[in-house]
Amino acid sequence: MMTLSKETLTIQREPDVIYFRNKAKEYAVKIGMSMVGQTKLITAASELVRNMLRYANGGEAVLEIVIRNNIKGVRLTFADKGPGIKDVKQAMQDGFSTGRSLGLGLPGAKRLSNEFDIKSEVGKGTTVTIIRWKNGL
Amino acid sequence: MKSETAAFLKKNKKRLLEAWVQNQMSDSTLRDDLISNEELSKQSDDLLDALLVALGSGKLNVDSDKFQPVSDILSELSVTRARQGFSPRETSMFVMSLKKAFYAMLEDQYKNDPATLYQETVELNNLLDSMSIVTMETFIQGREEVILRQTDEISEISTPVIRVWEGILALPIIGTLDSARTQVVMENLLQQIVETGSRIAILDISGVPTVDSLVAQHLIKTVSATRLMGAECIISGIRAEIAQTIVHLGIDLSGINTKASLASALKLAYSMLGIEVRRAERKTIF
Ligand SMILES: Nc1ncnc2c1ncn2[C@@H]1O[C@H](COP(=O)(O)OP(=O)(O)O)[C@@H](O)[C@H]1O
Ligand SMILES: [Mg+2]
Repeated sequence: MMTLSKETLTIQREPDVIYFRNKAKEYAVKIGMSMVGQTKLITAASELVRNMLRYANGGEAVLEIVIRNNIKGVRLTFADKGPGIKDVKQAMQDGFSTGRSLGLGLPGAKRLSNEFDIKSEVGKGTTVTIIRWKNGL
Repeated sequence: MKSETAAFLKKNKKRLLEAWVQNQMSDSTLRDDLISNEELSKQSDDLLDALLVALGSGKLNVDSDKFQPVSDILSELSVTRARQGFSPRETSMFVMSLKKAFYAMLEDQYKNDPATLYQETVELNNLLDSMSIVTMETFIQGREEVILRQTDEISEISTPVIRVWEGILALPIIGTLDSARTQVVMENLLQQIVETGSRIAILDISGVPTVDSLVAQHLIKTVSATRLMGAECIISGIRAEIAQTIVHLGIDLSGINTKASLASALKLAYSMLGIEVRRAERKTIF
């Protein structure tokens, strides 16, 4: 896999969610992603950026256009230095929330992405990476 | 700064003030449409008074307690100017033009003592630079406050409640439904339900870029609140890609009336209220 272009944004405040989402959409449009694909990507992005803000007081979000086997995709990485997640498996379950919200952000983002990876260490932080390919389902 | 320099400046305050105000008024960027000459003189006078007192304290440092009154006046002035619509340039001119007035005075006083002239000029220069920075920092803060206030205003004006029919309200939602916005939407809606005695509210989300779990939660809350008021909610404008996304996210909207378009939501509302809308039958002339 190769990175064609890359950009890092700092996420600190609520308006950053909208800005980041618009950026993610721009990237998706640039590689010719379908409308459904774009919407899935920005929705997953929205969930993960919000989690960073809410549970880790913000962090960094990286946007990349990547290419693998001649197919382009958008990769988004969300890295924070927050409290980390004690039980990732539990956090990935539908409806689990410590924030009295719907508990669908992480599992939903996984379903909305073609590739999903989460690494979290208590006391260190959390990094979530997702990819949506141009023609991904 | 030498105490004799401070004393000299204090004694010549009137001349200093005149020169400074003169400098400001002769500057082409002066916004005499935004500020009157009297106001300008008053602001200059206040700052100069505070500054001359602080100069007498020896060490010139804007962050020191002695200079607190100076910083306070500067901050207030630049926040006010930011709100009034002054540009950064116009705002920074206030302190910049004071430099010239000071230098002219010092030059006059120490024309036979270049070493002292140099030393006092450098010190004063550093001080006025720091004062410029304070001015700019607070100016930008002032502008940010303006932006925040406008954001609030936008979210308020962009959530109108429209009475589309006797008993039916429509709310077109455009943009992101964040927590603050939801609060405004909900308050407006509930108030209108009471005022108009409406029984149905249509929330149209055609203009919402995405429904993530937070937006969904807010929609669900709004629907519940409406029901508590004895009215029913219909969510319309759910585009195909949004519908797919909602399903993948795992959000359950099955207990809520949803429609693809505002037109079909209106139709549903009519049937719920027992209203029949028909094309009028025209009488044929022949
Ligand atoms: N970046 C993060 N840092 C720490 N904890 C997190 C982070 N993201 C998610 N979590 C934890 O995982 C839980 C599930 O997250 P999510 O699926 O997005 O649902 P929700 O945000 O509605 O709680 C959260 O309640 C929180 O405890
Ligand atoms: Mg979440």
